[in-house]
Amino acid sequence: MSRKPRYSPQASDADAARADPEPVLRFAGVGLRYGRGEEVLEDVSFALEAGSFYFLTGPSGAGKSSLLKLIYRAERPSQGLISLFGQDLSALPRRQLPLLRRRIGVVFQDFRLLDHLSAFDNAALPLRLAGRKPKAWKNDVAEMLAWVGLGAKLHAMPQTLSGGEKQRLAIARAVMGQPDILLADEPTGNVDHEMAARILRLFVELNRQGTTVLIASHDLDLVARSGMPELRLEQGRLVSPEAGA
Amino acid sequence: MSPRSSSAAVAPITTAQFLKAWKPGPLIPRGDARDGGLTFVIAVLCFFACLAALGAVASDRAARGWTAQLQDSATVLVRPKDGESADAAAARAAETLAGVRGVSEARALEKDKAQALLEPWLGKEALADDLPMPRLVALELDPDHPPGAAELRQALKAGDVDASVDDHSLWIGDIVRAGVWARAAALGVFVLTALAAAAVIAFAARAVLASRLQIVEVLHLSGARDGYIAGLVARRFAAMAFAAGLGGAALAAALGAGLRVLGGGQGLTPVLPVAWIDLAALAPCPLLAAGVAALAARGAAMRLLREMG
Repeated sequence: MSRKPRYSPQASDADAARADPEPVLRFAGVGLRYGRGEEVLEDVSFALEAGSFYFLTGPSGAGKSSLLKLIYRAERPSQGLISLFGQDLSALPRRQLPLLRRRIGVVFQDFRLLDHLSAFDNAALPLRLAGRKPKAWKNDVAEMLAWVGLGAKLHAMPQTLSGGEKQRLAIARAVMGQPDILLADEPTGNVDHEMAARILRLFVELNRQGTTVLIASHDLDLVARSGMPELRLEQGRLVSPEAGA
Repeated sequence: MSPRSSSAAVAPITTAQFLKAWKPGPLIPRGDARDGGLTFVIAVLCFFACLAALGAVASDRAARGWTAQLQDSATVLVRPKDGESADAAAARAAETLAGVRGVSEARALEKDKAQALLEPWLGKEALADDLPMPRLVALELDPDHPPGAAELRQALKAGDVDASVDDHSLWIGDIVRAGVWARAAALGVFVLTALAAAAVIAFAARAVLASRLQIVEVLHLSGARDGYIAGLVARRFAAMAFAAGLGGAALAAALGAGLRVLGGGQGLTPVLPVAWIDLAALAPCPLLAAGVAALAARGAAMRLLREMG
């Protein structure tokens, strides 16, 4: 499997459409603007194969979070096409979104934990929403929380956790459902190097099991240590890894 | 210590203990400061709805009772023939009618009883001895098989008695109409109250969701369907309305019981007699309130979720 992104900043929509017939994720000439503001993303085109692992890098404000939002359809592109699991996201009916989102694990930059639920309930959320019986996953959730260092805080409410603990809990929630694609927005921003390395190992392990991983990060050391390829955004445009290096 | 409680001051428990005691937390928070006021409003609306239901049941009973009383009797006005005394004519009419099937008793009213009936209308002074007094025959009819007015008239004609039969059909028609209107009015109040409760709950459901948009967004992004989220909201409000309905129905039942005790067999007033069995009509109120609340909350939540896009 190629680790190199099929990157084609100048590719037309038609060129992108002629690319690999079944990439997991494909952007073709995608642009995004909020309201009547300036374009946050401009003519972004790339494709990720199933089971690939990429970092999405770039300075603050480059559009990394916005690009991730387009993938889980929290936002819609102002132009271009986005295809996920072979489905055109813009044309996807609202009633089909839940099933699509169950295949996506998202680690939000601001965690988005549910403050009225315990750490255990937060981590178990995707499994509950998928309608799986608790008996089948209770132990798995406890093990995952132990793995991210929250084994002693299963009952803890999010507001009692530190920033790093919240981040680890958000990661545990994102991976619990064994998603087909994992999107993480600065997942190591609030943890120490040791925990960052541990979280990266978790992502790599998930990736080995077939999950496509896309991690937005400005931690260039982490990216370099991981040895994984990167997609680099600058001022809303995708630039080549060489250009961004 | 509940597994869902805060970690502050928690006695250490093992993972096994935690998992054994764990119960899924509510995905939409259970309640907030507004819930008390809303529960009170719904309880009051349920109370009025229950009173309307009690009124409908009692007015129905009153109308049926009066109709039955009138249907069980008839009055015959007898006109004596030439050369026949009024008493003799009345006696002959009573004798003739006593033989009709369905007539339990035919009794000629004495002159003083006829005078007593007329006195409220004409006054005592007007009732001179020489005033030609109509004579009446009071009939008691078999409630199961009462004879019709035509049957009675035919019997009188066959007995050569000149008389008019009043089977109270005019009054019965009025009472039946009044009963229908009373029940319709009570039902109207009941439906209006239910609609008011639904509107209040729909408004509250939108407010609850609007104040918890972040939770809704996380649920959405984690793969929850609109129907699932709306169902969570509906269950929350159904539970609240059930409790409120229970309170409102209990209060209405207490009031109904009070009316029954104070008024004896006729309730507080013969116009609206309340029976013990009527209180059973209030039993479905909590379930109805919960059903109305669930429908209203679900509808409002679905609309808001669609608007959110």
